[in-house]
Amino acid sequence: MAAVQDTVDQVRSVDVDQYKYGFETNIESEKAPKGLSEEVIRFISAKKDEPEWMLQWRLDAYQRWLSMPEPEWARVEFPKIDFQDLYYWAAPKAFKAPKSLDEVDPEILRTYEKLGIPLREQEILAGVEVPEGERTKIAVDAVFDSVSVATTFKAELKAAGVIFMPISEALHEHPDLVKKYLGTVVPVTDNFYATLNSAVFSDGSFVYIPPGVRCPMELSTYFRINEKNTGQFERTLIIADKGAYVSYLEGCTAPMRDENQLHAAVVELIALDDAEIKYSTVQNWYPGDSEGKGGIYNFVTKRGDCRGRNAKISWTQVETGSAITWKYPSCVLRGDGSSGEFYSIAISNGRQQVDSGTKMIHLGKNTSSRIISKGISAGKSNNTYRGLVSAHRKADGARNFTNCDSLLIGNDCGAHTVPYIEAKNPTAQFEHEATTSKISEDMLFYCMQRGLSQEDAVALVVNGFVRDVLQQLPMEFAVEAQKLISISLEGSVG
Amino acid sequence: MAPLLEIKDLHAEITGGRKIINGMNLVINPGEVHAIMGPNGAGKSTLSYVLSGKPGYEITSGEVLFRGQDLLAFSPDERAAAGMFLCFQYPLEIPGVSNMAFLHTALNSQRRRRGGVELTSPELLRKVRELGRQLGIDPDMLKRPVNVGFSGGEKKRNETLQMMLLEPYMCVLDEADSGLDIDAMKVVAAGVNALRSAERSMLVITHYQRLLDYIVPDVVHVFAAGRIVHTGGKELALELEATGYAQYQNEAA
Repeated sequence: MAAVQDTVDQVRSVDVDQYKYGFETNIESEKAPKGLSEEVIRFISAKKDEPEWMLQWRLDAYQRWLSMPEPEWARVEFPKIDFQDLYYWAAPKAFKAPKSLDEVDPEILRTYEKLGIPLREQEILAGVEVPEGERTKIAVDAVFDSVSVATTFKAELKAAGVIFMPISEALHEHPDLVKKYLGTVVPVTDNFYATLNSAVFSDGSFVYIPPGVRCPMELSTYFRINEKNTGQFERTLIIADKGAYVSYLEGCTAPMRDENQLHAAVVELIALDDAEIKYSTVQNWYPGDSEGKGGIYNFVTKRGDCRGRNAKISWTQVETGSAITWKYPSCVLRGDGSSGEFYSIAISNGRQQVDSGTKMIHLGKNTSSRIISKGISAGKSNNTYRGLVSAHRKADGARNFTNCDSLLIGNDCGAHTVPYIEAKNPTAQFEHEATTSKISEDMLFYCMQRGLSQEDAVALVVNGFVRDVLQQLPMEFAVEAQKLISISLEGSVG
Repeated sequence: MAPLLEIKDLHAEITGGRKIINGMNLVINPGEVHAIMGPNGAGKSTLSYVLSGKPGYEITSGEVLFRGQDLLAFSPDERAAAGMFLCFQYPLEIPGVSNMAFLHTALNSQRRRRGGVELTSPELLRKVRELGRQLGIDPDMLKRPVNVGFSGGEKKRNETLQMMLLEPYMCVLDEADSGLDIDAMKVVAAGVNALRSAERSMLVITHYQRLLDYIVPDVVHVFAAGRIVHTGGKELALELEATGYAQYQNEAA
């Protein structure tokens, strides 16, 4: 299998330092004053020249947040965060929204190139005659600290009627759409981190696919935290109007730093009648060192609303990074006949802590959902699947299938499964399967007896374990994810 | 002619546990087929693990030379690449990994290590299909995950397929007939016999004589209490079938 070979080569090429995205870009930046206050929120809003209603929205969220408790139910441990010791906004200095890539600071472009996201190349390729089907085009929005620095393929998307731009820009160009949908899936008051995000969110992507349009290419956003002591609070809003389709991918990395950094994002998806949204994440924030020093706190609220009949929302995530992950991409199955899917690979190594899963809320009639979760724990890490499947009283014919598998590598890690199932309708059919297994020495020995090195053997066994989920990712990203998995697990055996 | 495998006064135990191999000596020349027979619990399977480098066993003294090299200094994968193949009594299952992908990864890992040319997918596919035909392997079995849900017979055929593809110098067959009906045993034996050559040797571990009707050995050893206590020609196997192992067990004790 060529992909496995790629994986193996990739593992070989990786140096002792396993996190290869840990470099820092030296670029002058402008920050908001440290700490959080009404003034800081006004500062952020003013920087973006936001309409008055947006500022008010933020301030309301802030007031609300002040009175909210931090959630403590997740199986994660960390010292209390001092929210006054953070910067809530940072941007490359003298930053003006670029009109084209030529206006983007070359240092930032180089950063994305290092990350394997050549923004310029993507754009140039767009102008070259490439035979249909030979190259998949991917439109990229790149977010550097608090601002979006570049969005590619704008013109081509515009021709198709697709809106794909930084949300800060959408506030000016499409205020009605933003106002109509923002906060309707994840309300301002939803939870501690989502409310914080509502008060201070900086940038993120806005996507609108008009009725009946199938988005002509994959859309993608790459998030990069560069600044020290800076939180990243991006906000993504994706709307697929009636009969529309879009596939969207986000990726994220950060420099290696000794202190922890906070990432509290909110993602809202809205699918109207017969619309479909496929949302994939390859999350590779810096996980901290092997002793648990540093790393990103990834406290993220992601939710999709199947608002129309026969709408479909599918989440696929490959989670390898972050010191702590607290994340439950969910689906509200409101429209009759709507369906939700959640495919997840969550890998923890070193001292990483993962508490992740999904919620499938069945409200409409004949709604269905499917959950496939693969957790892999290695080192001294802890990996928890936490999920809720519920059927409302009126959700006749609700169906769910859940499969949660955990794989343990070594003797010092933990895997936990916490499923909540609530059926208030007698016609609901919920199925739940779960397994926990360990990579056995016998299995590795069998592979090694056939000539595979120990690393190859682990990669092979793990790739077999996560295959069902990898198949859900767009092709190019599946290969990328496979490499990432091997790197994350390097040195986890023996 | 230099021996292919030479075991000199080998002592081995389960790490932190019982002593299993107890002063074993054996010389196998290229092209020879040796059978090791003995009662349950004599340490026959342990011998196969020690030769292939399975973790959990400790060599307390002695030496094993394989093609003139110190075999015990090699990791299991290095031994495999050097040409040591163990046909498992109970092959392991690897969920989610197709048999074909496994064969491809294994073969090219070995070839790469020996500095040889790696096979492309189509080349491998042709080769595997041909070998599969010889072994009566359903092409569908190549797409299924390695050994998952295979019957006992399918697993053993699959082991034989791997052996034929990897073309080792030394094949150690640990109870190759366990779980096989007579027809399946004939197919497996035919595969093994097809591999017999002047450079390749075999060590057939079994406690029944019947397999040796199909894989006819040059030399038969009786293995008891962790070492070879008696050696003879192929007729020794028939003798053992009639008399049992009791006399040798007493001898060993």
